[in-house]
Amino acid sequence: MAMIESNPPEGVRLTPQQLRNRRLRNIAIGVCVGLLAALFYAVTIVKLGPGVLRPEP
Amino acid sequence: MSLVTREQSISAAGVGDYAAGPLEYFSLLKPRVMSLVVFTALAGLLVAPVRVHPVIAFASLLSIAVGGGAAGALNMWWDADIDAIMSRTRNRPVPAGLVQPREALFFGLTLSLIAVLTLAVTANILAAGLLAFTIFFYVVIYTMWLKRSTPQNIVIGGAAGALPPVVGYAAATGSVTLDSLILFAIIFVWTPPHFWALALVKSGEYERAGVPMMPNVKGADRTRLEILLYTLALAAVALAPWPMGVGGRIYAALAIVAGVAMIHFSWRVYRTRDGARANRAAMQLFGFSILYLFLLFAALVVEHGFGLIGRFGL
Repeated sequence: MAMIESNPPEGVRLTPQQLRNRRLRNIAIGVCVGLLAALFYAVTIVKLGPGVLRPEP
Repeated sequence: MSLVTREQSISAAGVGDYAAGPLEYFSLLKPRVMSLVVFTALAGLLVAPVRVHPVIAFASLLSIAVGGGAAGALNMWWDADIDAIMSRTRNRPVPAGLVQPREALFFGLTLSLIAVLTLAVTANILAAGLLAFTIFFYVVIYTMWLKRSTPQNIVIGGAAGALPPVVGYAAATGSVTLDSLILFAIIFVWTPPHFWALALVKSGEYERAGVPMMPNVKGADRTRLEILLYTLALAAVALAPWPMGVGGRIYAALAIVAGVAMIHFSWRVYRTRDGARANRAAMQLFGFSILYLFLLFAALVVEHGFGLIGRFGL
């Protein structure tokens, strides 16, 4: 147990540039997913037409 | 043991893994090609006899743009080996080592799926099917098969680049008619003189990369003759939208003037066969051919977008 604590397993270590690019990629993916959701919302409203806002008679 | 595992992990990660930012992924979409795809698809959408809600039109164009870009990413995945050889393409993200081939593959496949499904939901199944066919044709028929096997690669493969206006028209109407097929025909006939002009200058690079382009298979003189013949056909085909009512008088005037200019530049390529002047003539034709196609479709966009056809004597 003590051995593991003194030599923790080492995986891939990203450079600061790689970390920065990963953060930028994540932000870009988030923005794209958000815009896609907004687009689907707008398309849904357009396809449903004005009737969606009218109360049932 | 842990040291070996770590080294293996780092080796598996590679220098290029995690190296690319959003801009490198965006450049996988071939933005310049994508802009032409969007513009010609917009023309197809506007030429349609039915008006489409702006939100639906925007969503359709976005889907077509992303689908075209996804095809570009898949092309870069498959062609990374020959892209690394040619100066024009060696700085692309995959041969430059910024994006791993499998990343480009999954990026392209994911975007293809999203684009086709989005177009199916926002427009209709026919448009989505045509977009899927366009991606398939560009990636499988052109990139994987024709490009490395025949000098007719860009003639047949040009169908993929010619389909966006048909997809745009189908997104608006749910149909394919002669009106959209004539736009397809213009881009289809435009593609050979456009690419062969570039290939005349870059024939050495295509030769080294093992791509059988017309100049390094049939020779430069044969290519010049075919460029001239295709340009004559193009100038004639480009006039067709006018009598068909797809284009008005602005379109007709531009098609005539720009068509004469295209023939002029092609004739210069045909006559100028040696040295730097020959390369200059070829590059001038290459550059003008882009402007030519832009002018034709810009005329359609203006005439239909602003409702000029049938008004003011146009």
